Amino acid sequence: MTPSPPRRFPHPLAPLAALAAALCLHALPAQAGATLDAIKKRGEIACGVSSGVPGFSAADDKGQWRGLDVDVCRAIAAAVLGDATKVKWVPLGSQQRFSALQAGEVDILSRNTTWTLTRDASLGISFAAVTYYDGQGFLVPKRFKVASALQLKDADICVQSGTTTEKNLADYFRAQGIRVKPVVFEKFDASLKAFFNGRCVAYTTDASSLAGIRAGEAPNPDDYAILPELISKEPLGPAVRRGDEDWLAIVKWVVFALIEAEELGVTRDNAEARLKGKDPAAGRLLGQGEDLGKALGLDAQWAYRAVRAVGNYGEIFDRNLGAGSPLKLERGANALWNKGGLMYAPPLR
Amino acid sequence: MKRLPPPAPIGLLPWLRSRLFDGPASSLATVLILLAAAWLLPGALRWAVSGAVWSADAEACRQAAGACWGMVAEKYRPILFGRYPYEAQWRPLCATALLLAAIVFSLLAPALTRRKPGLRLWPWLGAAWVLAPAGFLLLMGGGAFGLAAVPTELWGGLPLTLLLATAGIATAFPLALLVALGRSGPLPAVRALCAVYVETVRSIPLVPALFLASFLIPLLVPPRLSADVLLRVQVAITLFAAAYLAEAIRGALASVPDGQRQAAAALGLGWWGTQRHILLPQALRAAAPSIANSFVNLFKDTSLVVVVGLYELTGSLELALSGDPQWRSYHLEGYLFIGAIYWLGCYALSRASRRLEFSPRA
Amino acid sequence: MSAARTGRAAWLLQIALFAALAAGAWWLAGTAAEEMRARGIRSGFDFFAQPAGFWISEGVFEFDPAESYLKAFAAGLANTLRVALPAIAAALLLGTLVGIGRLARNPLLRGLCTAYVETLRNIPLLLQLFTWYYLLTAMLPPAAEAIELLPHVFLGSGGLALPWVADGGLSLPQRGGFAITGGAHLSPEYLALFIGLTGYTAAYIAESVRGGLQSVSAGQRQAAAALGLTPRQTLRLVTLPQALPMLVPPLANQSLNLLKNSSLAVAIGYPELVSIANTTLNQTGRAVECIAVVLAVYLLLCAVGIAIAHALESRLRHWERA
Repeated sequence: MTPSPPRRFPHPLAPLAALAAALCLHALPAQAGATLDAIKKRGEIACGVSSGVPGFSAADDKGQWRGLDVDVCRAIAAAVLGDATKVKWVPLGSQQRFSALQAGEVDILSRNTTWTLTRDASLGISFAAVTYYDGQGFLVPKRFKVASALQLKDADICVQSGTTTEKNLADYFRAQGIRVKPVVFEKFDASLKAFFNGRCVAYTTDASSLAGIRAGEAPNPDDYAILPELISKEPLGPAVRRGDEDWLAIVKWVVFALIEAEELGVTRDNAEARLKGKDPAAGRLLGQGEDLGKALGLDAQWAYRAVRAVGNYGEIFDRNLGAGSPLKLERGANALWNKGGLMYAPPLR
Repeated sequence: MKRLPPPAPIGLLPWLRSRLFDGPASSLATVLILLAAAWLLPGALRWAVSGAVWSADAEACRQAAGACWGMVAEKYRPILFGRYPYEAQWRPLCATALLLAAIVFSLLAPALTRRKPGLRLWPWLGAAWVLAPAGFLLLMGGGAFGLAAVPTELWGGLPLTLLLATAGIATAFPLALLVALGRSGPLPAVRALCAVYVETVRSIPLVPALFLASFLIPLLVPPRLSADVLLRVQVAITLFAAAYLAEAIRGALASVPDGQRQAAAALGLGWWGTQRHILLPQALRAAAPSIANSFVNLFKDTSLVVVVGLYELTGSLELALSGDPQWRSYHLEGYLFIGAIYWLGCYALSRASRRLEFSPRA
Repeated sequence: MSAARTGRAAWLLQIALFAALAAGAWWLAGTAAEEMRARGIRSGFDFFAQPAGFWISEGVFEFDPAESYLKAFAAGLANTLRVALPAIAAALLLGTLVGIGRLARNPLLRGLCTAYVETLRNIPLLLQLFTWYYLLTAMLPPAAEAIELLPHVFLGSGGLALPWVADGGLSLPQRGGFAITGGAHLSPEYLALFIGLTGYTAAYIAESVRGGLQSVSAGQRQAAAALGLTPRQTLRLVTLPQALPMLVPPLANQSLNLLKNSSLAVAIGYPELVSIANTTLNQTGRAVECIAVVLAVYLLLCAVGIAIAHALESRLRHWERA
């Protein structure tokens, strides 16, 4: 290397300081309806997903995306554009996800993201609905013979940074008066690799993802166990950019329509028959009689198309996370409200 | 005190003695190195060769005592081409070959002109550097001549590494030239400006600068001005490379003897004329090794774009292995594989640059 | 064209250039503020006083999640220095040895040193860090079953544990349930970063040292030999004192490169400044502020480093003349 000539004292970052000083605090609403217009013009929805959480969003070998979060985007594309395949998938890391949404690189962030006050109020984004009620848990190799999270004193615990998980971990063990050592990674892949390489005694993230990781990522799933403790509430759902209330409403009500369809027993296969059936609630949902789509700026059959494309919420759950999937998760808190769960759609009328 | 020159060693044993056991320190070093080799080499060979599995057989790999090179056989395509559509991977292959050919041609050019002094290679070099990048972008991006369009977020692996490094050096060079001239020029304000730019960039690490380009820029500029993430990262890399390159060129400019400048002034050449006809040709020849060195560094630094989610060679290896429980245990083999690719590229480049260093000044 | 007119044109050109730059910066700042406002992103440095809420697993001082983001940044900076300073010392030592070894008469030693330099310099640092980290985690037994290298020195995938002075006495590492407790503890992230940075930078330093030694003219060496000095005495008394002041700028440069390269820690999860800033950025959404602080800190660190290098260089030159 050429020895460089003596260097002068570098100047402070005047431009950046000026920039920071010039920034103000108050939010102006963006133009309502702009997102929908842009999507229609573009002919596809840009959907931010995670780069590989089995059951929520993961691309298979052929590049086909599958999962609950993925199906939510498909349903919205079907409702808005009439074609569930008109989605541009944008895999995002936990670091980039909010800035990608804020910056308009994606129209919707459907990426197992927890709804919290800070995120909802200060990041310039709005959460639309909850598509999965989750809680944070721990995955451990069975050979350590750990039966409870409270036994993890002094243990190294692998966790992904920039997530609510990292804070919950600190909260929980501080409340218990136990000191643990978090080993923090920027990337999901890296944290997972470190855990399976034996860097940590436990891996912590949302319990649903843990099931997916155990089933799909462990060299041998039977060597790993999920601990009984759930240490947090993690309501996961899609978020949109703040300021476009019309677009927020569309995302929100497409999700509600999927839940309502399950409650009414409308499925992918029977939707066509139910459209012409006698049940007024099902007819209303599917676009017979009252035109609910108009209020959203869509046509009458928006919900019909969404259900035809991906099925109702129950079908989506079964296919990706439940009995019809390798994860075999119970519905639990994600059952309908009238079956002991929390899934509840406000009236579609 | 009089010391006679040592007698020239004759025969193998005396030669060994004079070289390997020349005094206690030398003998100790020889013994230690031989001992370490005897201790490490058999195990390393067992792991890498005799105990290794060479076929893409996951079961055999699990049983094996040595390396699992079969992983490379199984995964070389996602490692080399990232997430590029599988059926269309002949396109990144051809694109890579095209760009490599242009690079090799450029590196061989000085040797060719030396062998045949009359040979005028500049037009050919110019043509190669217009055609190769154009062909590269066309092959990778598609959207014309019946090639399906492939968005940049699916570009990955070796072609992306090459693209970032080559485009980085090609765009950084003109900028660096201007900055170096500005910094050694007569205008104080321009000099200060260039100095601030170079010193600021050289004081910050590339990683936060990449974060800036990939997360921050889209937040700060209107969407219509915010370019593709690949382009933003490329701009960051260019600005970085330019600062280091400008330093190299400035050092070379300063190394041109002052007499040259005075002679130019005596001939009545103005500042620009002096720079163009007298100083730059000498300085650039002197700077050739450090320019090549910058290129090597850039080639290595492209691996950092993995932290902002672009899957160049290092990133695509992680992508190929981390998500696959069957092959995840063979990261070491993967690191060695892409390490060998990087090593070959960098070593070839630095060898070529050393040839530039020793080439007679024309 | 007269000199005066050239001068005036030059000044006009420079003023125009500055005006254009200022206008550009003004426009950029304005657009940025507008964009952030339009997107409803909060800004400001007020978040620094809020509790961070995350743990930092290792560091110079204990960090509690109830402490502020500002303190977290300080812990991050301390962690940057905690790895960079020892690595700089180690790299200078190793690099000097290898650089001298590159000129040894012993072909085995020379070959080894050459192979070292040519291998490590031509592979990206990030890849070397990944490799070291992989070797230190996947290839070692879990913390509870760590290898006892020496009495009370444990090495496992949880890192290296050493006896250390604590609370006025010697604290000895002991096997606990899931980890080695007591003593001083160096995580595999720290170790991989330390080894990787040291090895990589030492290869560059070795080249600088070799170049510096070779630049001391052959005549000097011959004169030393004529005086009856042994090769080792020549190195110590003649070559090194002349080469040292010349070596300060490139070695300072390499040391600063090492400092900057410690930011690659984000890839292997060592909680240094960039990594802490990144976590904070994610939790608070204050991207501009976090990145600005990181850049400012590095500018400052490099300025300090350069000042030290200048002082050292002039000291060495005086020493050489004295």
